[in-house]
Amino acid sequence: MKPVEIAKGVYHVGVLDWNIRDFHGYSTEKGTSYNAFLIVDEKIVLIDAVKKEFADQLLANIAQVVDPKKIDMVISNHTEMDHSGGLPRVMHYIGEDKPVLCSKMGEKNLSQHFAQNLNYRAVENGEEISVGSRSLVFLETRMLHWPDSMFTFDKTNGILFSSDAFGQHYAGYEMFDDVMGNAVMAHAKKYFANILLLYAPKILKLVDQVTQMGLDIRMICPDHGIIWRTDPAKIINAYVAWSQQEPLNKAVVVYDTMWKSTRIMAEAIADGIAEAGVAVKPIHIRSSHRSEIMTELLDARAFVFGSPTLNNNIFPTVADVLTYVKGLKPKNRLGAAFGSYGWSGESVKIIQAELEAMGAQIIDKGLRIQYVPDADAVAQCVDFGRRIGQAVNE
Amino acid sequence: MDKYVCTICGYVYDPAQGDPDNGIAAGTSFEDLPGDWECPVCGAPKADFEKQA
Repeated sequence: MKPVEIAKGVYHVGVLDWNIRDFHGYSTEKGTSYNAFLIVDEKIVLIDAVKKEFADQLLANIAQVVDPKKIDMVISNHTEMDHSGGLPRVMHYIGEDKPVLCSKMGEKNLSQHFAQNLNYRAVENGEEISVGSRSLVFLETRMLHWPDSMFTFDKTNGILFSSDAFGQHYAGYEMFDDVMGNAVMAHAKKYFANILLLYAPKILKLVDQVTQMGLDIRMICPDHGIIWRTDPAKIINAYVAWSQQEPLNKAVVVYDTMWKSTRIMAEAIADGIAEAGVAVKPIHIRSSHRSEIMTELLDARAFVFGSPTLNNNIFPTVADVLTYVKGLKPKNRLGAAFGSYGWSGESVKIIQAELEAMGAQIIDKGLRIQYVPDADAVAQCVDFGRRIGQAVNE
Repeated sequence: MDKYVCTICGYVYDPAQGDPDNGIAAGTSFEDLPGDWECPVCGAPKADFEKQA
């Protein structure tokens, strides 16, 4: 991708990763991008340094704007290796004496990633530096989403370099929200659900803090995906709404199955929920991906989980999803469990304990059906679904 | 003395260890930490901590 001047003197010099499909367990069907930004002012500043294997591409992109050796400083907003992996290569090329500005935790964390003794300079929260015609302000955003995370704000031009916040895993030439249109929101939602949901309380505090500071944000440049230049408030407001965790009247039935009995149950339960007028979708775990499931769950009031009993336990794929979902700390949810079994039938109790550990309010004692559901069992499932639907509507 | 867990990042404050990097001596109870003490990992305030079960 050729560098693009996204604002006067600010260039997108990042790279597109068209082929990645598994981003540490997050499914990235559309690839992703590692965005990096070059500010050409009296000082030349590089913000973030892409993933290691793209470092030379980053340097080549920069070279189309300015000789990389002329860079005066590098800002590392986030230590995670998709934004810092290229740092040793970049610093080696431009000069290891050049300062790497980062948060205090960034200095600690970067030095635990790289053997090179780089010239780290920890900045204070709220510290302001001038790079010529513009001032850059650093905002600590710890745990959004790592301890080292920070934002860099070009105060003069209202450009927020927001690291992973407001990002989306998406590779494409659209580059801007107005070019991509509303399709960007689905990617942003998936990103929030899978990366940021557990820090929702921090996000609400940060938005309050930023509002009180009265920052005039005219453009948001995340480290992945599309840049928000037309309506940055749209994504900020979406983050607030998702963080408030006031789910919709919606249920998701997440299940796995061995001999299709739990599937029959899942679909009959979904029928019952739909009859109650609640939006619902059954999702078979091995036909989907945990990160897609999490995206569906983000705004669902009811989490309905089903598993056959296997070896006196739940099916391992169900355990995978439950562990993943619990870690993302959903709040204000209703929970229900079901499953087919042969002789012992522990799965429902195990699922309910997991849902309770998430803080979900258990709707019903759960539904177990032995072996293959007959017509009567299917009717019980539909009825169970209706009760779930009613609870969602209450 | 009780240990306290940061509800944001999972860091555990152990009074036996204190937080020497931030000037908190070993043996300081959670209650005796200064009001402006923050989680050394994620910067959360004391109010975001819960007693470890």
